Amino acid sequence: MGQTLQRAAQWTTATDGHSGKLEFSSLNEDLLNTVLNFAEGPSGKSPEEGKLVFKKPLTWTTALKPSAFSGSGYIEKGTSVVSEATSPKDACPLLELSGNKLSVLSLEQAENVLRVAGDRKMVELRACLEENKDPVANMLGDRFATVDGADNSIFRYHEEITKEIELLSKQSDESEEKKRELEEKKLVLSLRLKLLRLDEHMLNASIIKITNDVRLNPKIVDGEVTVLKQVSGEDNNRYALQFINYFGENYVYQNGCRAQPWRQLNGDICYLVIKCFDVDHPLYVTANTSGYYLNKGPSKEKSGQLEYERPDSDTYRELVTMIKAKSPHFAEMISKQEFNVKQTKDRDFHLAVAQDDDQDLETTARSEHHQHHYQSKEQTQQGDKDRKKTQPTRTKLEPSLKWKNLSLDDEQRSHKSDRKPTKKASNIHETRSRSTKTPLAEQEDHFSESSTESEEEEEAIERRPEANADLPSEYWQIQKLVKYLKGGNQTATIIALCSLRDFNLTQETCQLAIRDVGGLEVLINLLDTDEVKCKIGALKILKEISRNTQIRRAIADLGGLQTMVKILRDQDKDLKCLAAETIANVAKFRRARRTVRQHGGIKRLVHLLDCVKLNSTVMTPEMEMSVEVARCGALALWSCSKSKKNKEAMRKAGAIPLLAKLLKSEHENMLIPVVGTLQECASEPSYGLAIRTEGMIEDLVKNLKSSNQELQMHCAAAIFKCAEEKETRDLVRQYGGLDPLVGLLSSGTDDKQLLAAATGAIWKCSISPENVQRFQELKAIDMLVGLLHNQPEEVLVNVVGALGELAKDPPNRMAIRKAGGISPLVNLLTGTNQALLVNVTRAVGQCAEEPDNMIIIDKLDGVRLLWSLLKNQNRDVQASAAWAICPCIENAKDAGEMVRSFVGGLELIVSLLKSEDKEVLAAVCAAIANIAKDEENLAVITDHGVVPMLAKLTHTTDDKLRRHLAEAIARCCNWGNNRISFGKERAVAPLVRYLKSKDENVHRSTARALFQLSKNPENCITMHEAGVVKPLIKMVGSRDEDLQESSAGCIGNIRRLALANEKARYS
Amino acid sequence: MASKHGRQAKEQAVTNLLKCTRLDREEISLLIDRFSDLCQKEEGKLHRLEFRDELNRFFNITDDILMDRVFRAFDKKSSGTLKVEDYVQGIGKFLNGTIEDHVQLCFDAYDLNNDNYISREEMFQLLKSCLVKAPTEEDPDELVKELVEIVMKKMDKDHDGRVSLPDFRAAVEEEKLMLEALGKCLPDEKCKLTFQEMLRMSGGRYSSANSVSISEQRDKNARRNQKGHQQKTMIF
Repeated sequence: MGQTLQRAAQWTTATDGHSGKLEFSSLNEDLLNTVLNFAEGPSGKSPEEGKLVFKKPLTWTTALKPSAFSGSGYIEKGTSVVSEATSPKDACPLLELSGNKLSVLSLEQAENVLRVAGDRKMVELRACLEENKDPVANMLGDRFATVDGADNSIFRYHEEITKEIELLSKQSDESEEKKRELEEKKLVLSLRLKLLRLDEHMLNASIIKITNDVRLNPKIVDGEVTVLKQVSGEDNNRYALQFINYFGENYVYQNGCRAQPWRQLNGDICYLVIKCFDVDHPLYVTANTSGYYLNKGPSKEKSGQLEYERPDSDTYRELVTMIKAKSPHFAEMISKQEFNVKQTKDRDFHLAVAQDDDQDLETTARSEHHQHHYQSKEQTQQGDKDRKKTQPTRTKLEPSLKWKNLSLDDEQRSHKSDRKPTKKASNIHETRSRSTKTPLAEQEDHFSESSTESEEEEEAIERRPEANADLPSEYWQIQKLVKYLKGGNQTATIIALCSLRDFNLTQETCQLAIRDVGGLEVLINLLDTDEVKCKIGALKILKEISRNTQIRRAIADLGGLQTMVKILRDQDKDLKCLAAETIANVAKFRRARRTVRQHGGIKRLVHLLDCVKLNSTVMTPEMEMSVEVARCGALALWSCSKSKKNKEAMRKAGAIPLLAKLLKSEHENMLIPVVGTLQECASEPSYGLAIRTEGMIEDLVKNLKSSNQELQMHCAAAIFKCAEEKETRDLVRQYGGLDPLVGLLSSGTDDKQLLAAATGAIWKCSISPENVQRFQELKAIDMLVGLLHNQPEEVLVNVVGALGELAKDPPNRMAIRKAGGISPLVNLLTGTNQALLVNVTRAVGQCAEEPDNMIIIDKLDGVRLLWSLLKNQNRDVQASAAWAICPCIENAKDAGEMVRSFVGGLELIVSLLKSEDKEVLAAVCAAIANIAKDEENLAVITDHGVVPMLAKLTHTTDDKLRRHLAEAIARCCNWGNNRISFGKERAVAPLVRYLKSKDENVHRSTARALFQLSKNPENCITMHEAGVVKPLIKMVGSRDEDLQESSAGCIGNIRRLALANEKARYS
Repeated sequence: MASKHGRQAKEQAVTNLLKCTRLDREEISLLIDRFSDLCQKEEGKLHRLEFRDELNRFFNITDDILMDRVFRAFDKKSSGTLKVEDYVQGIGKFLNGTIEDHVQLCFDAYDLNNDNYISREEMFQLLKSCLVKAPTEEDPDELVKELVEIVMKKMDKDHDGRVSLPDFRAAVEEEKLMLEALGKCLPDEKCKLTFQEMLRMSGGRYSSANSVSISEQRDKNARRNQKGHQQKTMIF
């Protein structure tokens, strides 16, 4: 009854400090009567239930006098009365009245109180309920307290009881006390169920009452009218009504009413004119908040006005009921349910219907609200007949499970599809955005993932077969075996384990069956015992079933990882192997990897790698076993190495030299996990260095020539990640690694991962010019260009990256053109993958250095594509596109005209000077320097305010930016009074400081800028004051002729100014 | 004991045994000493009860039937007592035997009526007591029968309703864990280590001081096992 008291009962607002009072409304009266009937009458209560002692007393202020309890069974003690009956537990009296406080501890006593109170029992009950707002919690304990939302307390309680019954029956010789406790629990349950029924009963009753009181509002009226409009038309065989319309002006007031304000005061909402086929005159209806009724129709005196009086007293709650009463034709059509419905353009009415229903049933849950929406949407798609059935009668609008499922699925699906594109976004973008997306607690390991595969696994959705679906026969067999596991000694356990292994454990049904019958717990428990054989048997099964993602999670949840980590130190090698292999399977998600690390598992796994000799000629079984242990250790480390912190822990535990040793192995099954681990770890700089210094490159190169594709893939990936360092690249070349890499491309393999790894390795290796030489000899370019078609993005990124690097060597640019690579490259500029775009823009930029290539790029409209990439969100893409634009402008014919043809292009590039990224700024400055060569364009960008923006950037300390900024300033000086403007924007003094930089390139461009600026006398003065002469004189002595010339020119300008000044003074 | 003659005889025995066990000279010598220490009732003959005591104490084999069966397996000549050769060879198999030795030993132990086949009835006899917790509703005998059927399915390769030695061997080759599928009759690694340690420490001598420490150790083992098992049962 808690729900009813909280929701349905009408409470006054609590003003006087303590709890609210029940209003004196008919609704509450009814509620109280029901409760009273329940408390007083026998109404299905058993005597035991009556005697059940409450967990907490129901206490309230009573009007009863102690003397009232004069009968037997009560003892009077002055002003207080206690009952003779006491609770069996703590001998507390079941009823106690002291002063005006009455406490009652059982239903029986409560019944007594009501009897004693006689005709004032209602008052007592009211007081009791007012002071104990959640009587159920008092009576049966807090676990049954009324809560919002789903209340599972009964189910849980029921489960508990059944469990205890089971337990009790098993331990048949248990004490009586337990049984009594159980009996009491059963009582509590049955009483709770009865109270629940009462609650339900009362809620239903109050809902009926409440609905009766609901008044019309504009929305309901509009809804009904819209529905009826659909079933109205001229043909009386097809339509139920001739027409239905609002009467009067079509003005809708803010509150939704159409009636004139003064009529609204009387509760009128709007007026309707309805023409039925079988009624001669139109019906004029007033929609009032109290219901629908007929009025007297249009007034004869005043046009446009109605006679508002009602001719008869009939008021209808629904418009349909009313028309039915007036028009037999309408009633007939409605019941026949066969007529046309006009297609409506206005779909809003569906919403109106839904809301309307909501108001009818105030207590309907929110989810139903959604269903109405879905349902009504669905209805518009359904055939005409269906619509007719559902809407006018509105009985079909009941929630059905089918819709619910549908809507949920839809939501999930849309949710999923929302997420997918973000996942595909480049890594760069992901790491940037992640930090903001994730809550702080999750951040610990967040940046440590080196592969995205594990991410996806986190989201694996639990697919459970439907509860009532037929279970396969394996399920029952497995259940039987698990029973033996639970209830048998080691012998039975071993038999059961062996038998379990005979099932196809790779099948998901079997895997989940083991979990669902509680087998996982037992298996994991077995690992904690001393029985080696049981442990082996259990691990063999766990190893198999942990291939399933859900099982992995369950194992981690049950604390299996901790135990397995412990086993890693066991004497028995079989055990160690199995534990490591299982860990390798389980540690495929982040939390598991963390658990392994936190329990010292990494250290132990690294110890497993330490085996005696790998490739000795004679192998005893024992040595083979220890090699196997090392292999399993490597497997587990491979899984663990996907977390950054684990990599660190592995390094600290000394994994690198051990891995280096194992890398000398000749067996593929050993090499794959070892190289896999190395490949995973190579993204860490410390590993990259170690891989080189421990001499692993040689072995990696050797294994590139293996015949196993997976091994080749991991080797190539390891080289890909390590080859950021020059020494590593050189080593790869020295050990002859470039040939097999190119060989992988020509092998025509379909393995995309292998291709991605190989092309990645080629990309990184081609950063060294010596390697580029070798690639040239191997004709790598032709193959790479061939890979520009029909490849996934992972491969394309690397292919294009490699082409970009290779194109730094001029002959290769021609080679790319001859291989037909320009056009696919330019086409890739339209992509969305940001990592790919960075590489493509770079490659296109490199190709554009060659005028012949530029002709093709221009023909393909490549510059426009590059330009539009300046609008990309990603800064790396922006910068790379801006860099690529520079050679394009340099080498294009009619570059100025081309640039001008991009609408808004110049404005866009100038606005990028507001970027915060130094690389973007440098690139944009370089581009502007090129653009400014064309005078007309220079004029345009000057208009866009390029001068103050460049001047603002002059304070930078970044040499790369300084160089291009100075270049841009030098070029921009050539228009109008830009020189003066730069001086005014205080760009000159900072430029002078650039001369202190150590970068020769900065000097050159700065000198050029200073030379340009010095053509303005004001600037000369500023420069001189900033001490420009001394460094400039030094630079005149430079070997760089360009630098010499501009320095000298600048000094010349300053000197000339001084001379002119002197001349002016003396003349 | 320490007479010259005695020593010579022992040397002879050691040399003989060296041929038919995989033990080294020192171990055999220690085992012979151990044997004579064990023979309390009758010199040179180890009685069943004395041997059972030994099995229980060091090798953690506790099942009554199986202890007797191991005794019989050791007692090649079915004389009712163990000779020194029987003892040393048997323990040698325990400690250092090949898989084949173990298969033979286990099979002999499980073949209760020595007819070279393990029948359903024998299995039932052996597995009768292995369901610790009697499940509520079902007949425990039924459950054991089902267990027997499971074992039968795994072991009876030729489907003749009984398990022969080749059947058994094949099953063990397929799954090593099946070796002791019908009850524990081999020591595990830990027991072996403890026993060997004991031999070396005491020189085979069965001193009271030692026995205390060993029995303590055993107690500890037992307690630990119990604990393990309690843990296991508690959670169900």
